[in-house]
Amino acid sequence: MPTFFRNTRMLACAMVLLGATAAAAAPEKTECIAGAKPGGGFDLTCRLAANSLLATKAIDKPMAVTYMEGGVGAVAYNHVISKRADDATLITAASSGSALLIAQGKFGKYDASAVRWLAGLGADYGVLVVAANSPIKSLKDLVDAYAKTPNEFPIGGGGAVGSQDWMKAALMAKAAGQAPKSMRYVALEGGGAVITALEGGHIKVASGDAAEMVAHHTAGKIRILAVMSKERLPGALKDVPTAKEQGIDVDWTVWRGFYVGPNVSDADYAWWTGTFEKLAATPEFAKERESRGLFPFTVIGKAFDERVKADVARFKALAAEAGL
Amino acid sequence: MNLDYLWHGFAVALTPMNLLIGFVGAFLGTLIGALPAIGPINGIALLLPIAYTMGLPPESTMILLAGIYCGAEYGGRISSILLNVPGDAGAVMTALDGHPLAKQGRAGEALAISGLASFFGGTVGTIGLALFAPALAALAIGFGPAEYFVLMVFAFATLGSMVGSDPVKTLIGCTLGLMLATVGLDPTSGAYRYTFDEPELGDGIEFVVLVIGLFSISEAINILEHQSRGGEILKVVGRSLARLDDIRRCAWTAARSSIIGFVVGVLPGTGASVASAISYMTEKRLNDRDGTFGKGDVRGLAAPEAANNATAAGAFVPMLTLGVPGSGTTAVMLGALMLYNIQPGPQLLTERPEIVGGLVASMFIGNLILLALNLPMVKIFARVLTLPNWILVPSILVLSVVGVYSTHSSILSVLIMLGIGVVGWMLRKLDFEMAPIILGFVLGKVMEVNLRNALAISGGELSILWSSTISQVLWVMALTVAVAPWFLARRMKRLRSVEAKAESAGLPED
Repeated sequence: MPTFFRNTRMLACAMVLLGATAAAAAPEKTECIAGAKPGGGFDLTCRLAANSLLATKAIDKPMAVTYMEGGVGAVAYNHVISKRADDATLITAASSGSALLIAQGKFGKYDASAVRWLAGLGADYGVLVVAANSPIKSLKDLVDAYAKTPNEFPIGGGGAVGSQDWMKAALMAKAAGQAPKSMRYVALEGGGAVITALEGGHIKVASGDAAEMVAHHTAGKIRILAVMSKERLPGALKDVPTAKEQGIDVDWTVWRGFYVGPNVSDADYAWWTGTFEKLAATPEFAKERESRGLFPFTVIGKAFDERVKADVARFKALAAEAGL
Repeated sequence: MNLDYLWHGFAVALTPMNLLIGFVGAFLGTLIGALPAIGPINGIALLLPIAYTMGLPPESTMILLAGIYCGAEYGGRISSILLNVPGDAGAVMTALDGHPLAKQGRAGEALAISGLASFFGGTVGTIGLALFAPALAALAIGFGPAEYFVLMVFAFATLGSMVGSDPVKTLIGCTLGLMLATVGLDPTSGAYRYTFDEPELGDGIEFVVLVIGLFSISEAINILEHQSRGGEILKVVGRSLARLDDIRRCAWTAARSSIIGFVVGVLPGTGASVASAISYMTEKRLNDRDGTFGKGDVRGLAAPEAANNATAAGAFVPMLTLGVPGSGTTAVMLGALMLYNIQPGPQLLTERPEIVGGLVASMFIGNLILLALNLPMVKIFARVLTLPNWILVPSILVLSVVGVYSTHSSILSVLIMLGIGVVGWMLRKLDFEMAPIILGFVLGKVMEVNLRNALAISGGELSILWSSTISQVLWVMALTVAVAPWFLARRMKRLRSVEAKAESAGLPED
């Protein structure tokens, strides 16, 4: 028995040593948790990192993507904090939606400081849309009409009350001087269902993200009234005015990024931030980001941590104001 | 109607490379479908990055993925029939008559007939996809929350026919399903219901967890119980060819079920489980004169199999024409197209005919490959039945646990599955059927969400539920389905009693 103990102790020492050297170099194995079903936004976020890290040879072996469905990322959040707190090989996908859920206390007992926020690598922006044959031509039209007859406008979105899509609609309702809580809000299952409901005339207005709507906008099936970004978006949407241009000062950035466990060492954290900073400057990454319909948004390390915490604070205020 | 794109598609799909890819997809799909818990969505999510990294052109990737998708609908039936363990969501109803057939020593036949029905459904569905896709897109758009609600009312009306031996038990089962469906995030208000602050319950009880618990786990306990009592289960595989007579009896059933399956598949809010349930129950209402359904009627086997394969084809209609996925699996495939910078939608057919054509053609070819692959392998599949229980039961348990764990990486869902399994076994001992629980669960969820959404649109005005033509048609259909069999039964009874009287009157009185 003593030899057995000595052996395990030596093995442990060797592993510690290996761990220490690995912090400087790339981890042997890397993993990304997507807190939803395959094909969703978290999956897309993980694949963005996995594909571009491999393409730029920042990692040697493909990054494994693990799906951990539940509570729109809540299960993954709790899993990382309680089971993988010091796992430096693991990054987990997150989005502004995660920050919104944290703000509403829907991520269990943990708040935003329970993990180490790593990097935001891309963003999408909120949009408000109507069917192509709608008499509403601009966000201003909508706000004016909604102020008069809010009950004429059932609004659809791809999430429940309190979700990002609901919030975007709530901001519009607020601008029209109407209570967000009395919106005729229709919670549909994802962006696809929103578009069919809009085309079928079942809802009059929809809120969503620019990337999922842009193709339907250019195909002439729906009209994007406004993008909820600070500046106009490039590409196919360059002619769509921002909400601010139309006199309604609201914006909604849907960032996509990653966090690591709370006990990941500073050295490992620095490896990831350094790697992502180099990655974000490569053309391979720009191509991957564009093919996933994301706009440039590179906020890494401390700046990202501050951004997430600021968002959570802002969302808390918004949710309280909307009466949730 | 211009079908040039389709001929072009056949030219694409028939290149040796793409044929090989189609074959690989069909083979993998059958395996994926046969394994409990692992459905086409996981298979596709797994293989998509591989295909992308291998640098396959988009049409080849689509052919591979379509092969997996269609193959999974074939594969799901195998474990349903042989073990009473549905391999995927669409195969739940297949077990109802498929497993009794296997118990009667007709497992080979059951596999052959369901294979043929699958082929028939898949082919009809693909023809529908090729011919009517653009026209049907309008139907998919016409379905709003109110219409989906009435569709679910219709589905529950057909459920009346499930009321077999004991209506009260069917209703209790249905209610249990409805109750289980309320667990998790309320999709409308965003509140958590019955989650006990456990984030893993946030998305509610997963469908696969429920199905595997109710069917696989309770079946495994059941086998063990009979084993310990010394009761031997008859293990005869029987002939592995379908009887011509059975095929003839199934022809109309398969035709009707294929159409039902295809139409349900076109609607974005419903899937293979709803389609196979509606078609099974419709056939039961129409044909179950002698009470053979549920006891090994070949028509009860053909109906869900034809329907779920037709559904797979139907789900492509909204994806290709509207750019909106009709099922979880097509959602992943939509993502695959977008990876190649291809935007599905109305312009896809004109801009990239080789993609649409190649996909449709490969589904025709894929169905042929699957039939060719499945019929000769009936004997091999059916060998499962000859496995001794000490291998079979642990295998079922291991596959179930691994399957559920691998899709959710969650111990809690494994525990829930085991808990449901034990409860399911007890319910079986009390002569409850498992299918109503599943149906209550599936239909109830869709029904609740759509009712609340419809009322959110109208501001609480109930008239929205019968204001559109589609919903009016559906109400009439629901009423017909609910009332007609009762009338028919009465008429039959009267006819019979008249006949009986006539006969007894004609008999000599001594």
